[in-house]
Amino acid sequence: MSAQPASQAVPLPDGAVESRPVAQRLREHLPLIYPALMLGIFFVVPFGIMLAVSFFHRVEGAFFEPAFELANYARFLSAFFGKALVFSLWISGLAAVVVTCVAFPFTYFLTRMRRGSQVRYLVFILAVLSLSEVIIGFSWSTLLSRTAGVSNLLYYVGLLAQPTAWTPSFGALLVGLCYLGFSYAVLVLYPALSRLDPELPEASRMLGASPLRTFFSVVVPVLRNSIVSALIMVFVFNLGAFLLPQVLGRPEHWTLSVLITDQAVFQSNIPFAAAMAVFLMLVCLALVALTLVFGQQRRAV
Amino acid sequence: MALRIEHVSKSFGSFQALIDVDLEFPQGKFICLLGPSGCGKTTLLRCIAGLEAPTAGRILLDGQDLTHAPAHKRGFGMVFQSLALFPHLTVGENVAYGLKVRGADQAQRRKRAEELLDLVRLKGVIDRPISQLSGGQRQRVAIGRALALDPKLFLLDEPLSALDAKLREAMQIELRLLQQRLGISTIVVTHDQREAMTMSDIVVIMDHGRVQQVASPLDSYRSPSNAFVADFIGISNLVPGTLRGRDTVLVDSRPIRVARLPDGIADGAPVTLSVRPEEVHVRPGRENGENYLAGQVSFVRDLGASVEITVRCGDQEVLAVTNPRDRPAVQIGDPVAVELPAAACVVLPS
Repeated sequence: MSAQPASQAVPLPDGAVESRPVAQRLREHLPLIYPALMLGIFFVVPFGIMLAVSFFHRVEGAFFEPAFELANYARFLSAFFGKALVFSLWISGLAAVVVTCVAFPFTYFLTRMRRGSQVRYLVFILAVLSLSEVIIGFSWSTLLSRTAGVSNLLYYVGLLAQPTAWTPSFGALLVGLCYLGFSYAVLVLYPALSRLDPELPEASRMLGASPLRTFFSVVVPVLRNSIVSALIMVFVFNLGAFLLPQVLGRPEHWTLSVLITDQAVFQSNIPFAAAMAVFLMLVCLALVALTLVFGQQRRAV
Repeated sequence: MALRIEHVSKSFGSFQALIDVDLEFPQGKFICLLGPSGCGKTTLLRCIAGLEAPTAGRILLDGQDLTHAPAHKRGFGMVFQSLALFPHLTVGENVAYGLKVRGADQAQRRKRAEELLDLVRLKGVIDRPISQLSGGQRQRVAIGRALALDPKLFLLDEPLSALDAKLREAMQIELRLLQQRLGISTIVVTHDQREAMTMSDIVVIMDHGRVQQVASPLDSYRSPSNAFVADFIGISNLVPGTLRGRDTVLVDSRPIRVARLPDGIADGAPVTLSVRPEEVHVRPGRENGENYLAGQVSFVRDLGASVEITVRCGDQEVLAVTNPRDRPAVQIGDPVAVELPAAACVVLPS
């Protein structure tokens, strides 16, 4: 009864595809040429250059020369860079989780507001996006400092015994990364949440579930895919932050992106920086793929 | 054992969705809230469900004030217009959701889900995802889910609107039979008067936030309380006239004798006569007696099962419906006499 009907597709006779005129086939692919060209020029070619350079030989005191050696990758496998990689993944992941946990309920309540108020909040969030990492980093650095930060305010009202410096620290870096990722998370979650059928949570309430229970057993699972998207996006975004760790963190909080910048800009070791960048990207892709696979399996149960 | 809606009003900003709605329903009845879109019927249902709070008035069930009880503590079952089936759960999990909330264990939930799917005549789909069901099957799942907790009140918001016409008619009958079998108090919101006639014990006809009439389906058809109801329930000829004496209405200075007259209408007052098309008789030629209007056939629509004849009488169109066997021998342009029998004329205040 539940059997699906067999595929109705009629197989084309051999050679049918080839027999179509070449001009027609070209015309079908014409609209793809422009994006393909752009993608090639601005993504594939630079990435290819970077990949190639990562195998090149560095010339001390000069630049680099073409070669094929794995020394750059081998050097990377040291405790120092390994630790930086683990720390980068850890703080980016943590910030992604914190941001999503804050942004999801925020966006949920935002979409339940009147249209006019929603627009005002969205404009504000878009405005935050226009701030560069530099401005965000130094603003937080000031806000969390001993001399001019909010701790003076808390000291003034008597909540603190003395003004305290909260930066540089792990916490300050985490706050900065969360601030950076929050707007992106809201913008990723907003379309899905505003399309959520308001009758779904209502149906849950009519079946005896409290608003809190409804939120966790209907709203969150129905929007799982969007939540995972937001998590991945903020995670990847945070991995690329190279300024915040230097402004808000101590040297032990420097992420791989900082080290890549250091190698490329200050040590002039482009091949090594390229190798690290390639490796970071591979790890990142692997993690994203794992998340997606995990998401698929959970759904099948 | 009854639901009492006590002078309930509801406004959204300056818009008044419900205006002083005062109703009482006995236990175990099938009630339809009927009206055009925007008449307030869905708002009333949502107030009963606890999904909206009335601006004024009270809602009581068996004497107990529920006005401010939250929706999840009322113990009512509801079928939503979008059905609102949880897309991340299987059919069985959807049906048993309420039991899970209550803390029933896996085996109990499975057993009850099977019972309910049996009740709504859906077999062999318990483990399927919602996305694999047809519209009619989803409908049944939504009904089963709403009945899972043996609700004190069964609420349905335009539940059949997503189905095609044939399936809708079948589901109307099925829903009515199910309600009678379970003896559960049921309130359905609908804009389809056929649906209301098919299913309900009591029809509440609403317009512009006010209740227009509360009656059995047949009473609302035969004795509409005003022109809106006469026009909304079925099709009606609404003929303006003037009351003369205690039993006659003058239409275009022709006397139409009426069998009944509502109280409180003064002699000489303007009134509206409501006559159902199937009660109107058309005869060729002229007649000069009482209860006849003179006119000219403006259109004949032969539908096979019935014949609709439109007659222009002065600046008024009168529609007559007959079965093909009784069809008068008239054509477009023929002068005819239109009989409005006294027993079929309902006088409504203008």
